[in-house]
Amino acid sequence: MSPRPGLNSKRARSLISKRVEGISPSGIRKFFDILSTMEGAISLGVGEPDFVTPWHVSEAGIYSIEKGYTMYTSNKGLLELRQELTRYLYTRYGVEYDPETELLVTVGVSEGLDLAMRSIINPKDEVLSPDPTYVSYGPCTVLAEGVFIPIPTTVENDFKVKAADIEKRITPRTKAILLGYPNNPTGAVMERNELAEVAEVARRHDLLVVSDEIYDRLVYGVKHTCFASLPEMKERTVLLGGFSKAYAMTGWRVGYAAARHEIIEAMTKVHQYTMLCAPIVAQMAATEALRAGDAVVKEMVADYDRRRRVMLKGLNDIGLACFEPKGAFYCFPSVKVTGLSSEEFAEQLLVEEKVAVVPGSAFGECGEGYVRCCYATALSDIEEALRRMGRFVERHS
Amino acid sequence: MNKEVLKALERDARTTPEQIATQTGISMEEVEKTIEKAERDRVIVKYKTIVNWERLGEEQVQALIEVKIQPQRNVGFDAIAERIYRFPEVRSVYLVSGTYDLAVFVVGKTMQEAAAFVWQKLATLESVQGTVTHFLLKRYKEDGEILEGGGEKGRRQPLTL
Ligand SMILES: Cc1ncc(COP(=O)(O)O)c(C=O)c1O
Repeated sequence: MSPRPGLNSKRARSLISKRVEGISPSGIRKFFDILSTMEGAISLGVGEPDFVTPWHVSEAGIYSIEKGYTMYTSNKGLLELRQELTRYLYTRYGVEYDPETELLVTVGVSEGLDLAMRSIINPKDEVLSPDPTYVSYGPCTVLAEGVFIPIPTTVENDFKVKAADIEKRITPRTKAILLGYPNNPTGAVMERNELAEVAEVARRHDLLVVSDEIYDRLVYGVKHTCFASLPEMKERTVLLGGFSKAYAMTGWRVGYAAARHEIIEAMTKVHQYTMLCAPIVAQMAATEALRAGDAVVKEMVADYDRRRRVMLKGLNDIGLACFEPKGAFYCFPSVKVTGLSSEEFAEQLLVEEKVAVVPGSAFGECGEGYVRCCYATALSDIEEALRRMGRFVERHS
Repeated sequence: MNKEVLKALERDARTTPEQIATQTGISMEEVEKTIEKAERDRVIVKYKTIVNWERLGEEQVQALIEVKIQPQRNVGFDAIAERIYRFPEVRSVYLVSGTYDLAVFVVGKTMQEAAAFVWQKLATLESVQGTVTHFLLKRYKEDGEILEGGGEKGRRQPLTL
């Protein structure tokens, strides 16, 4: 009797679920590998703040460990944190959430998004979302067995989604609209009246709206509109927010979801069985972040704004046309003058000039022809990266 | 006067008017006018560099001297403060609340030099009632800048989505 062959790689791969097999890994792996062995490279390819967490917030986390806060919290998260979130959302946006029933502390918006999708989607339900889109929206929809329907957006409309374009794609299977403004990757911000038109569509077709507002604090010269603050929208919005960007807390893994109690209850059920709770140290630090107020956030926002202006002007000066991004920390210039695809542009720029950017195609079809440049990086690096990109564009156009 | 211009220079005195204009959205002419006026009005006092001399192994001694003063009629502390701050060895002088009156920072090449200044010049002033000298052993942070250690920062992943 010959021994059973071991589990080889091909066979192992065949054991992976079809659902997960169907999701493509992120398109930047290859850049990552080149970049990590390169000396003197400047990366505009990051998606997080370059500040460290404000010290008073970190210190609150350290203090909580010293005091022995190292256990689980209630599934929904520390009540003090939920109360602070209630206060925050009310004073900032005038939306009232009950901390006991309408708020859930999550492990970042990332988990909140997954919970929201799993809680509202039945197999084949359709989710409409503006393209270019944050990379997680499609996969989270698909993992929840939904169908992801991209809604094209264009530079002519500053990458803001038009209500009419959403409405055109509504079918009997449409369940929700998934919005992410201020936007990653484009930096687009929707004005209140523009969002009100989307709200009207949601109301008319009885849809839910999942609104990822992780960048709510990072807006420049405009006001952020919380989708739930629009008339009658609190009842159909799943609001996702977090601490990663505003407080430079990406590594702490904490965020929140706010919605009507039926939805929060459903999301809590999934959260309870899959995550149990968000890390207590991060929750205590987040509580301090909200309690201590705004000065540090404003300072960081002012700093991003300076760099935003430098990058925006610099890109336009070297011939990479860029609309003015009013939020997040990205510029999304067109690279069409070079005649290169966004992926070719990113790859050749990295090899020839050692500057990393993310090809727009990683964010959907409408991202083709653009690249994402993050300005959450030192001013001197931005200036040097722009010089190198200028040389590159000159050679390639 | 446009404070954004001043703040930009306070962060980095070498920022050019053109850079300031780009960063703030203020016109170049206005940036230049603001700087001129601020220099004229001594709103901008001086442009200086923070040097970490210890890095070069340069010996430099700094001392904080607590000075207790008998204030003088009519002039209070100001006259004696002036007597003290006119010495070039004195880097900073502050009037403070608490158990002493003037906080005086003195620099010298050696500890002897700094100490000699205290006995010979400071302590002998008529209205000085007493001094306590603290030699600085290590500078951790100065003018908002962390000089040694503590400033370490984690590194971000080079690419994230
Ligand atoms: C649009 C968007 N949503 C969510 C996230 C993830 O946020 P969190 O760190 O809270 O999970 C990011 C991070 O890049 C993002 O850009």
